[in-house]
Amino acid sequence: MAKYFDMLMEDVRLREGLKACMNCGVCTGVCPAAEFYNYDPRQIVSIVQTRNDEAIEELLRSDTIWFCGECMSCRPRCPRGNTPGYVIQALRTLSQKTGLFVESEKGRQQLALKRTVGDNILQTGYCLVPRRIRPELHPEQGTVWRWIFDNHDEIYPRFSAAYNRSGAGALRRMDEGALEELRRIFDVSGGTEMFELIERHSDRKAREMGYDGATDEYMMRTFTENSGYEHE
Amino acid sequence: MRAKSWSDYQKDIADDRYYYARSCIRQNFFPGSEKAFLEILQRDLGKDIFDDPAHSSCTGIGYHSDVVPLETIMTVVARQFALMSEAGYENFVTSCITSFGIYTEILSTWEEFPETEERTRENLFKATGREFAKPKSLAHTSDVIFHFREEIAARAKRRLVDSMTGEPLKVVEHIGCHYAKIFPKSGIGGSEFPYVLAGMIESWGGECVDYPERRHCCGFGFRNYLVQANRGYSVANSQKKLESMAPYHPDFIVANCPGCSMFLDKWQYTIAEMNGRTYGANGYGIPVLTYEEMAGLVLGYDPWELGMQMHQVNVEPLLDRLGVEYDPSTKYLGRNGKFIGKPASAVVNCPSQEFIYDIKL
Repeated sequence: MAKYFDMLMEDVRLREGLKACMNCGVCTGVCPAAEFYNYDPRQIVSIVQTRNDEAIEELLRSDTIWFCGECMSCRPRCPRGNTPGYVIQALRTLSQKTGLFVESEKGRQQLALKRTVGDNILQTGYCLVPRRIRPELHPEQGTVWRWIFDNHDEIYPRFSAAYNRSGAGALRRMDEGALEELRRIFDVSGGTEMFELIERHSDRKAREMGYDGATDEYMMRTFTENSGYEHE
Repeated sequence: MRAKSWSDYQKDIADDRYYYARSCIRQNFFPGSEKAFLEILQRDLGKDIFDDPAHSSCTGIGYHSDVVPLETIMTVVARQFALMSEAGYENFVTSCITSFGIYTEILSTWEEFPETEERTRENLFKATGREFAKPKSLAHTSDVIFHFREEIAARAKRRLVDSMTGEPLKVVEHIGCHYAKIFPKSGIGGSEFPYVLAGMIESWGGECVDYPERRHCCGFGFRNYLVQANRGYSVANSQKKLESMAPYHPDFIVANCPGCSMFLDKWQYTIAEMNGRTYGANGYGIPVLTYEEMAGLVLGYDPWELGMQMHQVNVEPLLDRLGVEYDPSTKYLGRNGKFIGKPASAVVNCPSQEFIYDIKL
């Protein structure tokens, strides 16, 4: 009966993060996401604790589980030693494994995260590199970032002789051998499989939504679309 | 309570022989800080710290965006530990708070769920043929600077005081959630009274500002910044902190985490552009420093060699108060000393008074 709950319990973060919630709401009181969104982590923990599979499936399909910023401010505050942030991480992982993440606008954003941070890791060995922080996608980075972006090959070498080259130092070019090890780690430990799952389910959903698959245009929609979930 | 908390949350920090892991965000936005950290350790303090070209990102931003699975990041972390052991080191030092949280969480998970460590060892060996030993000590780079704060104070060229009046500068310290909120025992002072930056500020003559939202998140929130549609969350949480600290008139903010340093700087720009609101003295923004930059200024390093020209909020008002001598003409030089042009102006660096003076001229 409790299929989804049992799947959640396979994740050590759920076992560590959910002991016995007494619904006090301290987590919600300190939560930066609850401050901004119409969001209540207490309710999520409460629902998972009921082991009600229908209610858990509803969460897996919903925007609600994607509001958390994983700051973990809830962890030291819970008087019962729960970690709502870990419960969220387990729910998000399951939502992606089951493909249900594409059923919500916030969940569909996982494609944009995979194609930016995820692809950066496998291609460069870093989560981010200057050339991929494009000012047109990051207007908030300001005028100084524009100046750095335009003059990167003049500015970074002041601080790192290895900039974009091999050797030790900031933003060195990662050796092919190290990158190959990273890729093999992703292959044997489920990272590659997760990336493929995100791509496959996104492609399916994109077609349902009238796109010719998970194209760049669809990805940009997931990156920019905001139907408004903030507090009024 | 504070005294009790302090005695409960002490932490052993190694004296020498460190294996250094860089930070994705710090090297992108504050490469001069990573350079300064190594120079302070190696040149000023004579320590052995190894900067290994073979290590990679810990993939923590991917993990906290939920695209990198737990088992994968555990194996990536195991590879870093294997490289450390192979290089003959036992003391792991990381330049990033997200990474520091990742390392503490994974070491603890391996203790709590030993089968996950076993699985990681198998994965690592299968993928790379490597085997790893766990570090004898794990520290964030700020822990190491904190550990040597009195040695730095003894070599200080200047203190964190107003050069004209001798009054201590008022400093907002921001710790970063993943330093001690996940595992309070892993951070100096724990999560209630973190002392890692406050200790440096006190040793170097400054005064910490206590304000209501002192422990609130900077607002990064991983997917809440990385996806453009969600950035309202990020700027709103930074704004909450800035509004809360402004009445205390801080001279500067110093941040533990490279992400927080960047967001508290960049969101001031955004808020000023959007509605003209600035939070510092005389209509300027509040300069945001990394602790390496703060230590570097105390030790007499040149601000442009520290990379402070890469901040969006200009640091000159702070340098003037500290009495730092700097050459404005060298701020915008490229690698061979040639002028490469200036960034466009921004509201956060152009208080309205300047416009009035311009008009009078």
